Amino acid sequence: MSPDNRKNIDIKFNAIRKEAEKHRNEFRDAPVPKIHIGMATCGIASGALETQKAFKEALVENDIEARIHTVGCFGHCYAEPVVIIDHPDSGFPPIFYHEVTPGKAKMLVKLFLGGGDPRFEHVYGATEENDMIPSVTDFSRFNQEKRIVMEKCGRIDPEDIYDYIAADGYSTLVKALKLDPEEVIKEVTHSGLRGRGGAGFPTGRKWNLAKSVTDQEKIVICNADEGDPGAYMDRTILESNPHQVLEGIAICAYAVGAHKAMVYVRSEYPLAVKLVTDAIQQAEKLGLLGKGILDSTFDLKIDVFQGSGAFVCGEETALIRSIEGYRGMPQHRPPYPVQKGLWNKPTVINNVKTLASVPPILDHGATWYRSIGTQNSPGTAIFSIVGNVVHAGLVEIPMGVSLRTLIFDICGGIQNNKKFKAVQIGGPSGGCLNEDFLDTPIDFDSLTEAGAMMGSGGMVVMDEDTCMVEVARYFLDFTQKESCGKCTFCRIGTYHLLKILERLTKGEGLEGDLELLETLSQDIKAGSLCGLGKTAPNPVLTSLKYFRDEYEAHIKEKRCPALMCRPLTAFYFDLELCARGCDACATCCPVDAVFTTSNRKKGVDQELCVKCGECLVACPPEYDAVRKVSPPDLVPYIEKPPEKEKKDVK
Amino acid sequence: MNEELTEEEKEALKHIALKLETFEKHRGNLIPILQMVQNNLAYLPSEALKIVAQHLGIIESEVYGVATFYNQFRFHPPGKYPVKVCLGTACHVKAGDIILENFERKLEISDGETTPDREFSIERVACVGCCALAPVAIIDETVHGHMAPSKVEGLILRIKLQEEIEEREKKKNEPGQS
Repeated sequence: MSPDNRKNIDIKFNAIRKEAEKHRNEFRDAPVPKIHIGMATCGIASGALETQKAFKEALVENDIEARIHTVGCFGHCYAEPVVIIDHPDSGFPPIFYHEVTPGKAKMLVKLFLGGGDPRFEHVYGATEENDMIPSVTDFSRFNQEKRIVMEKCGRIDPEDIYDYIAADGYSTLVKALKLDPEEVIKEVTHSGLRGRGGAGFPTGRKWNLAKSVTDQEKIVICNADEGDPGAYMDRTILESNPHQVLEGIAICAYAVGAHKAMVYVRSEYPLAVKLVTDAIQQAEKLGLLGKGILDSTFDLKIDVFQGSGAFVCGEETALIRSIEGYRGMPQHRPPYPVQKGLWNKPTVINNVKTLASVPPILDHGATWYRSIGTQNSPGTAIFSIVGNVVHAGLVEIPMGVSLRTLIFDICGGIQNNKKFKAVQIGGPSGGCLNEDFLDTPIDFDSLTEAGAMMGSGGMVVMDEDTCMVEVARYFLDFTQKESCGKCTFCRIGTYHLLKILERLTKGEGLEGDLELLETLSQDIKAGSLCGLGKTAPNPVLTSLKYFRDEYEAHIKEKRCPALMCRPLTAFYFDLELCARGCDACATCCPVDAVFTTSNRKKGVDQELCVKCGECLVACPPEYDAVRKVSPPDLVPYIEKPPEKEKKDVK
Repeated sequence: MNEELTEEEKEALKHIALKLETFEKHRGNLIPILQMVQNNLAYLPSEALKIVAQHLGIIESEVYGVATFYNQFRFHPPGKYPVKVCLGTACHVKAGDIILENFERKLEISDGETTPDREFSIERVACVGCCALAPVAIIDETVHGHMAPSKVEGLILRIKLQEEIEEREKKKNEPGQS
């Protein structure tokens, strides 16, 4: 850009920024309490809409004035719906409340906003250091995180561009526009940023490749086709801070010389689609996107494309095919998309998290970014941690933190004081790691070495009650359905893998099945074109490697050690403990499999039982008479009285 | 795909034909068009695929091939109360499949189907994003967390009762109106 142009950019942006600050100050300085409610999909699913309504109603009822500020997701899914109440007049710091039901909301309005009593029994923590209430920054779930990409998530209103600008948003785009594209790429290359979509390709190198093609129109695509069942960080980022992603796209497009960009987001994420579409419009209106960005000579048009839900479309060549209107089947590479991509034009495809990392990198500099994380994997990693863990949700940590720290310190360990068994990293393409790997540092290379992979960042923690064979079967069931069918090994190979695993979980496994699983897995890996097929056997291979005894128990003893595979387990009632006349289990049984014995205790009709485990939950703890066993023939014989007598008892 | 179209759907189809004209005849528009049709009709009847194919000048089997490739598109009309059972990883670990099975048993249809009276349909979905509430089921946009097999019957009953109450109210109001 010419010096004149640079000056114009500053003038134009400063005017926008001033306006944004005016909006922020007006909100900040209003002499009324502020209520911040987390309203991303996870919050809404937990009832945030009802909570918001309750707050509004209660404010009217009690004639109290307050501002409600809807924000994105804090990442603390275990605590949803999350509310922060900032009531300076009460003398308390802003307070973080968790699981705020409509009832709690009404009570807080009346007693805290109205009466100045923060109701200590419901307080989770204060958001800043103070003398009265423990601060959340003292909790390891908060202070061991390092938020770069998600820094603003849960703090700003995703529907208000001014909120983002007032928090320094779009200032790095201005910074970038004043640099030469080469300098931007140099900075990104120097930062060592690696693609966060899973494979970890150096972002700077990708951009450079695209930059070197000079004679053609280029396209930038933001890949938000997050198909991994159990991973949702891309969605959360788009829903909580869409502008940071758009800013990253704009910087990328400027660096590689593209004037067209696309956000490929799953249509299963309606809120993300809406928020991104709105965000683009807002940015265009202010001149931060569109023609002549900030009065410079740089144009960028961003469109939203709704993906239709095919896991394989996370693969870049398949994603391109689907935008072109075909079945999303991967293509041969080379040519790589950076040379010949969408509509045969050079195309840069980056993941949401990669692009959202770009603004902080340019803001604080590559050296700063390199100082976080490890030598070969600088920066942070975002995981969605779910399963049998206490503090489930989104966590952003520096690369290199060990799995033990992540699971036990940050996320509070395993639920119900159970024993840790395994952690599954990387979704259907990743692997299961056992206890021995808890001290493995989390980064691209160490995880791959251990047999798992960074993947999209889904992490499922499993306790001792989870059967590894069944988990492997679950992932195979998923990949088998999602295989596009192009490569024979993937299409038919995964089908047979699944059939073998199904056989095992039913107790019909044969001698030699384990060896067959191994060879078949290797063949699928070798014979598939894209990442889906190449990684589909990973859950099987890793669980087979680290939990082989469990597989063997399924085959040799027809037993499921974790008591999870339903055909291999059975329920019965310990007649010594069963209370005479109690009907708790019988009333909750969905299939009426519970019968009353001749002395008014209970028995299970094994033919009818579907093994849902409801009776186990329903049995009062003082009796605790329900037993679950594997293999099923361990069940003692309990005589069922003839049908007629049963009716009499009823 | 052999359900008869209702009068309403026939009307909607005409509306779709008009709307199609706003889309450029460009292959890249195929998926956005199919999404538009499904937004209007809630599913893709074969009649709709036919007019889409005509509009883009490609053969019908091509359209069908693309539509069946993606999970988003459905070829049966959904029920009035669509039941979606989450089978994401977290829900699976917490026995979401048992919940699905219970719905299937109670409604006497399997996943992907609709009850003959078009009241309920069952669908399995991947992660709805509230893994902390697992296992999760969604009935008609309302999320029900911490599902248990014994809750299934209650939920279905509640909907049926509510319908009955509404119908009774309607009947009560009718004579007053006339």
